[in-house]
Amino acid sequence: MQRAFLAGFLISLTCAILGVFLVLRRDAMIGHGLAHVTFGGVALGIFLYVAPILMALGVAVFSALGILKLKEKAGLYGDTAIGIISSLGMALGIILVSAAGSYNVDLFGYLFGNILAIDPLEVWMSLALALAVLSAVALFYQEFVFLTFDPESAKVSGVRVKQLDALMAMLTAVTVVLGMKVVGILLVSALLVIPAAASLQVARSFKEAMLISAILAGIAAFCGLVAAFYLDWPSSGTIVSISGVFFLIFYWMRLRRKLPQGSQNVLGSSAD
Amino acid sequence: MPMDNPFIFVENVSFGFQGLEVLRGVSFSLSRGDFMALIGPNGSGKTTLLRIILGILKPSSGRVLLMGQDLAQFTQWQRIGYVPQKATHLDPYFPASVREVVALGLLSGKRFPRLLTRQDEAAIGRALERVDMKELRNRRIGELSGGQQQRVFIARAIVNGPDVLFLDEPTAGVDAETQARFYDMLAELNRNEDLTIALITHDFGIITKHVNKVACLNQRLFFHGTHEEFCSSAVVQELLRGEHHLVCHRH
Repeated sequence: MQRAFLAGFLISLTCAILGVFLVLRRDAMIGHGLAHVTFGGVALGIFLYVAPILMALGVAVFSALGILKLKEKAGLYGDTAIGIISSLGMALGIILVSAAGSYNVDLFGYLFGNILAIDPLEVWMSLALALAVLSAVALFYQEFVFLTFDPESAKVSGVRVKQLDALMAMLTAVTVVLGMKVVGILLVSALLVIPAAASLQVARSFKEAMLISAILAGIAAFCGLVAAFYLDWPSSGTIVSISGVFFLIFYWMRLRRKLPQGSQNVLGSSAD
Repeated sequence: MPMDNPFIFVENVSFGFQGLEVLRGVSFSLSRGDFMALIGPNGSGKTTLLRIILGILKPSSGRVLLMGQDLAQFTQWQRIGYVPQKATHLDPYFPASVREVVALGLLSGKRFPRLLTRQDEAAIGRALERVDMKELRNRRIGELSGGQQQRVFIARAIVNGPDVLFLDEPTAGVDAETQARFYDMLAELNRNEDLTIALITHDFGIITKHVNKVACLNQRLFFHGTHEEFCSSAVVQELLRGEHHLVCHRH
């Protein structure tokens, strides 16, 4: 249980911080897409008898860069590129799992998450990867904020836009693979999107948005694990449901405020 | 290399996109302290030309020198300030405070890991003071009016103390009174700080009031010269006839 708390808390925190950038860049669905690709990576690991989490990591990073290249070279919209890569990843996974005869409980754990069954090696790996992602965000914080706010001006200011886009994609891939252990492939994008979307309802600065998102994610992970343990509920569904409740509360808080005049907001609805 | 070593030098620049010719053989130069308006009808290639000068787009032919240095080798981006067109179409819910937005302008002059120092905070304060926005430094940028947001973007563009400021239709969708105040502020920066300014605009009123140079573009450069030459140019009068009412006067 202690291992689950430590890993769950750290991974949720990482997802929540990175999620603020992804939601504001309108890249929220990349988490969902990469999660599908991760299924292909897990299946490839099972098929080749390699640690599924390591294989998933490699496939997810490779696919994240592939999505960027498809957008850049083929001139596709982001969601189209994500749709193509994620479907292919899922398709590959289904074929490999079928070939390996692995439609069994192993796969169930990857699809729906089982943080309570996390082993010490996975905790250490999660810890290292989460720290790597958080360090990268801290080191390139200003650049990432500039890229998110105004990519064109960032480029004029000498920010290496392409390299940082690639770094952001790789960090997302690593985070998705980490999140898979907590809530599973099917719900991992919720860890990236929901706390960030909730924080953006009320945040007045970028740092405040990241702080609120991280706090909400941490509370959701803690309460979700406790509730799941005592109520014998699935931890993944419980954590995500609590995050959903937070979102509704923060959305309600925003509605109580006077809305600024404007066109499209970060969540896509009209502010007029 | 041009003989008189101008600040900005654009030579024979052409650009095409998907088989369409957007710019053809555009050449002009700017000296230090110039305040130039780049005008032309919609789709004339003004924004494309600006994006080429700033290195965002690559020309199909021609070259650009910034402060005597070829664009490909130019690294002193802290000497360049830029206010993009979409500054006036800001997402009202973007969670960035005024201070955070202005701080982004310091990035180009800093080395990795680009942490903000006390001097940087002082520079942010000074930049906000110059645009009369210091008191709103902790407000969310989306909560400000269009005119106030423009001032913040100017503060971001000048926080590094640049030598040149490029602006792409900075007053689109803003009322006339706010526009007038905004352009007065630019003229003050041009005069007092010796800031070279290149501005894309549809507001011909500003041309007659503040600028000393005008460039008129419609795929190719129809005119480039002083304000006085512009007002008396038969080519320009013919080009703009029917589309704009041109009034030339200086205060």
